Amino acid sequence: MSKMNTSSSELDLDRPNLEDYLPSGSIPEPHTQLKLCDLLDISPTLTEAAGAIIDDTFTRCFKSNPPEPWNFNIYLFPLWCMGVVVRYGFLFPLRVMVLAIGWIIFLSCYMPVHFLLKGHDKLRKKIERCLVELICCFFVASWTGVVKYHGPRPSIRPKQVFVANHTSMIDFIILEQMTAFAVIMQKHPGWVGLLQSTILESLGCIWFNRTEAKDREVVAKKLRDHVEGPDNNPLLIFPEGTCVNNHYTVMFKKGAFELGCTVCPVAVKYNKIFVDAFWNSRKQSFTTHLLQLMTSWAVVCDVWYLEPQKIKPGETPIEFAERVRDIISVRAGLKKVPWDGYLKYSRPSPKHRERKQQIFAEAMLRRLEDK
Amino acid sequence: MGTASSMLTQYDIEEVQEHCNNLFTQQEIVSLYGRFCQLDRNAKGFISADEFMSVPEFAMNPLSQRMLKMVDGLNFKDFVAFLSTFSSKANKRQKTELIFKVYDSDGNGKVTFEDMIEVLRDLSGSFMSDKQREEVLSQVLFEAGFSRECTLMLEDFMKVLDYPGLKMDVEVPVD
Repeated sequence: MSKMNTSSSELDLDRPNLEDYLPSGSIPEPHTQLKLCDLLDISPTLTEAAGAIIDDTFTRCFKSNPPEPWNFNIYLFPLWCMGVVVRYGFLFPLRVMVLAIGWIIFLSCYMPVHFLLKGHDKLRKKIERCLVELICCFFVASWTGVVKYHGPRPSIRPKQVFVANHTSMIDFIILEQMTAFAVIMQKHPGWVGLLQSTILESLGCIWFNRTEAKDREVVAKKLRDHVEGPDNNPLLIFPEGTCVNNHYTVMFKKGAFELGCTVCPVAVKYNKIFVDAFWNSRKQSFTTHLLQLMTSWAVVCDVWYLEPQKIKPGETPIEFAERVRDIISVRAGLKKVPWDGYLKYSRPSPKHRERKQQIFAEAMLRRLEDK
Repeated sequence: MGTASSMLTQYDIEEVQEHCNNLFTQQEIVSLYGRFCQLDRNAKGFISADEFMSVPEFAMNPLSQRMLKMVDGLNFKDFVAFLSTFSSKANKRQKTELIFKVYDSDGNGKVTFEDMIEVLRDLSGSFMSDKQREEVLSQVLFEAGFSRECTLMLEDFMKVLDYPGLKMDVEVPVD
């Protein structure tokens, strides 16, 4: 029971913690003598609200930025049309075929291995690992993924986690093609969910539901167990917790940074010259997203495996998470914003508003005391 | 963005521009239209309260509920007209009028002591008691030459808020 308690309190710490990031502004410095005009003048607060209506950094993080259309004039249009014919009439069927062949090979090997090698766990795991890497290669080939990997390949050893910025579920596939990671992911509905609960489960992947508090506890425990096992696949975490459009990074959840492990940052940057790899889950299903990728010319992307980081003495997990976010943002050329990505699914807690109210109230109370 | 702006014709833009007394340039209106379409997620032609509140920076604002009353369900023209008060070209009177409207919740052209207390309550939340708020407000009202029973008119607001520090400008990003 006591163990349960500690884990839930640790999880509370994982809750969004905007104060640590937000600059305190909006309410002006208290004047030495508060006058009526200071009380009535609500312009800073109104300005801030209007500013948020006109433009805000949070919404920008989740805005799709499709590549510039280039079919705008009469000379380019026929060329563009030819491109469409090639992409949809030739490349797309070819890619579907590649993917189908990939699945046939994968399933015809995976099923026997999974069910016949029940006794030889080590061998079975090894083969399954290779097979998952193989099917991911087929996936990447199905959108002509041109992926450049920089830096040393990840190795399997205990006490390390990989963290990467998150743009779409395809960055999981792209990373998986090189090394079979065990990943922590949101449970998805449909065929993706089916894959999650059958095949990826065998890699030691952990699923949870973002909105369920109970799931968080279970995941935290599974996480800790997983990193201890020497034979387990390296763990991959997307600490942003949601897909961001590859121009910004939102706050990192600190769960991955308080395991006491070495954290290996991975930066993924897509070149959207042919297609925007951002999966806007509000607008399209994952299937539509994949079809969009499969009908484009290519998905071009860079992956950097960066210098492993350890928590410094005296550093809090939040500071550590921020440091790693810095490293990834700089490498991938992303802008940092102080928002928690989960705000996509929920409203900010009243805590943040209360903080502004507190500053205002303190200025007024000081006036009372001065009398 | 490219598709959204192409849906506005020159006539549309001019119409909107006229509606907001030319406080925004054409480019700013195009940019605002992109933003409007982005916030109006279900393309209903207006932005609902819920959609406004999905912007965390807005939802966190202590006065967001009051602002919501003014912007909820506006069509694009009125949306722009509302925001035009925040243009740097809008004059002091327009800005003060907006502030006055925030206080004057029943829209009768008068701001009572109670109205002011309510705004103060939004601004200070649970960090002050009602008694403290009343004390502070009556004190500063008295010093400015008003009493508790006074109702403030727009002209009073104009006088009280007439100082160079009053700034209420928001820039519209134009790319």
